[in-house]
Amino acid sequence: MTGRKMLALLLLVLALGLVLGACGGEQATQAPAAEQPKEEVTKAPEQPKEESTQEAAEAGKEIVLTIGFTESQTGKYNVSSSRQVKGLKLWIEQTNANGGIKLSDGTVVKFKTVSYDDESSKERVQELYTRLITEDNADFLISPYSSGLTAAAAVISEQYGKIMITTGAASDSIYKKGYTRVYQIYTPASRYLTGAVDIIKHVDPNLKKVAFVYEDSKFATSVVEAAKDYAAKQGLEIVLFEGYAPDTTDFGPFINKIVDKGAEAVLGGGHFQDGSTFARQLHEKQVPLKFVALLVAPPEPDFAELGEAAVGIVGPSQWEPQAKYTPEAAKEMGIEWCGPTNEEFVKAYEDAYNEEPSYHSAGGYAAGLVLGKAIMMADSVDPDAVKEALDNMDILTFFGHIKFDTSEEAHGLQIGHEMVYVQWQKDGDTLKKEVVWPLEGATAEILYPKP
Amino acid sequence: MMESVISFLISVTPFLIDGLLLGFVFGVAAMGLTLIWGVMDVINLAHGPIISLAMFGVYLLTVTLGWGNPYIALIVVAALALPIGMGIYYIAVNRVIDAPHLSSLLATYSVNMMLMGVMNAVFGGAPRNIEYSLGTIQIGESITIPTARLVAAVAAAGIATALYFFLYRTRIGRYIRAVTDNRDAAELVGVPSTRILALSFGIGTLLAAFAGGLIATIFPFTIFEGSKYELKSFVIGVLGGLGNPIGSLFGGLILGVIEGLVPMFLETSWTPVIEFTLFVLILLVRPTGLFGGKS
Repeated sequence: MTGRKMLALLLLVLALGLVLGACGGEQATQAPAAEQPKEEVTKAPEQPKEESTQEAAEAGKEIVLTIGFTESQTGKYNVSSSRQVKGLKLWIEQTNANGGIKLSDGTVVKFKTVSYDDESSKERVQELYTRLITEDNADFLISPYSSGLTAAAAVISEQYGKIMITTGAASDSIYKKGYTRVYQIYTPASRYLTGAVDIIKHVDPNLKKVAFVYEDSKFATSVVEAAKDYAAKQGLEIVLFEGYAPDTTDFGPFINKIVDKGAEAVLGGGHFQDGSTFARQLHEKQVPLKFVALLVAPPEPDFAELGEAAVGIVGPSQWEPQAKYTPEAAKEMGIEWCGPTNEEFVKAYEDAYNEEPSYHSAGGYAAGLVLGKAIMMADSVDPDAVKEALDNMDILTFFGHIKFDTSEEAHGLQIGHEMVYVQWQKDGDTLKKEVVWPLEGATAEILYPKP
Repeated sequence: MMESVISFLISVTPFLIDGLLLGFVFGVAAMGLTLIWGVMDVINLAHGPIISLAMFGVYLLTVTLGWGNPYIALIVVAALALPIGMGIYYIAVNRVIDAPHLSSLLATYSVNMMLMGVMNAVFGGAPRNIEYSLGTIQIGESITIPTARLVAAVAAAGIATALYFFLYRTRIGRYIRAVTDNRDAAELVGVPSTRILALSFGIGTLLAAFAGGLIATIFPFTIFEGSKYELKSFVIGVLGGLGNPIGSLFGGLILGVIEGLVPMFLETSWTPVIEFTLFVLILLVRPTGLFGGKS
């Protein structure tokens, strides 16, 4: 073969390879099973699809609302997303089993779900949320997991005027695009890691050098940018600020840089898979760090599978089973309590799924709870009335304080909820997740410096 | 002056060691691709999925079947890859071996799609990880090497050496080189070329599987992981010389060193830009590779 022919052929193959690589996730979309909607009616009676919910409401009988969402059954968001969906489904099961939501005109509202596997892919999310709205006639939407996927879904839900409760989507920017029907359950990203800086200042005022190594994703970037500004204001020196590709599996180059720059603390991470790999490789390389706080991964129960590598790692959590939100606290705050207590939620979740709930599970349940509460407050299933109820909502739940920004600039942004910080500590031979910050809610003293 | 040089060397050493250790594994992954190209002028687009399949094979044996030791699983998976590769050759490649290159390209691409489809159906896209720690080796104060990476590099160097001896010191190795140089002439002197081609495809598959299995012992992976290493293999193949499997090992080391050192001076995201720029430059300036390719 001549050199020129070989050159042309190799360039062709390389281009094809790059396209294939870029479309890696797309190959999975070819699986025929992914196209089938997962429709589940949980202890709710059959309802003819032709009858509109409005007509049914007028007739004062039982109606079944369709809640549409996608789940990342495959891909990198699989662990967190499936927990989120389990939480949501638990709320639906409980609500339907308790006879649904009763409106003042005697109408009983029950729920069913329609969902698809979004394969952790933005492109799939847009396609599937359009389908949920136009073909499956979803009445209300719950977001997919992650800020990136939710940003893609929010464009669609807003375009069709559907109310979407977002959970697992902390990025602030989603709620600053002028949307009017997207409501955030989580504490926004801008307040996600600032507490980790407060912890550093509290336990070691002499610590100076901090490295930010984070996933190059919408969520992680907005978190670390806010935390970086906050850290700089607190007098910390940012020795490294670098993102990694979401599919990174080798953190060697970043770890070498962390060591080379003499960082004493590392803040960053992104999602579960990369965060746990990063923590494992930091441990393997025995990097002498005093403090490590990573996003998303540490609060997950599965993080304990890292063993020694998990010890001392801190992570912000939207919720923990030990969280101290109670009806009494609501009274003190002068706001209404809504839904089960923390203990009731944890027990119901463990009974249903035989596993400990993570904050993703609690967020999924809270999304349903907030939607249900809005329908109760509106005393209607009319989307405009439900939207008004969400705008006026100010409640305390097992998940925390829920209140939405109603300004034009950041409509739907969560302004009530606060983060807690957990750390994995040794309890004999086992690992235990302790709440270490804020101090008033702490279940253990922080382990510092990290072993 | 001297102090700053020493300080620079101390800083650069961990980056360099990491790069070199990974380079051996990259090299073995690329050897599979270049061997097949060298012997039969076929660009094997099933290379990536085979790497992924080997990762999942090692995972299945180690975690799902509970063997516990991924290195034993790796040997089994690599051994199975040889007949699988030969099977792929007889089914998909043999009939189009003399057809224009596009035919063999499409044939191996079809195998790629089939393997990806099967893996997607069986394993899904969720990430997997093999928890198996060999501890770490500490050299001085600043260098810590995870033992698994060192074992992977030594194993990769070992199989590269074995391939060298196989190609240059055995009768079948000489047959393979004869078919690489001139298939018609080799047939005239009695070399069973079809069997040699099938065996070469099998050995190429074995090398890809071995590299995939080694990667699975150090990094987490999904079914799409192999495509990353397939792309790297093209770059390495060109660096080392397409059709020159031993050159690939050196190409792998060069790529490893680039991946290790670039992050020291630039953001890590510049690494692929530099790698692929080098790829195009070498194709333009020295298409036979730095170490000479197939003539």
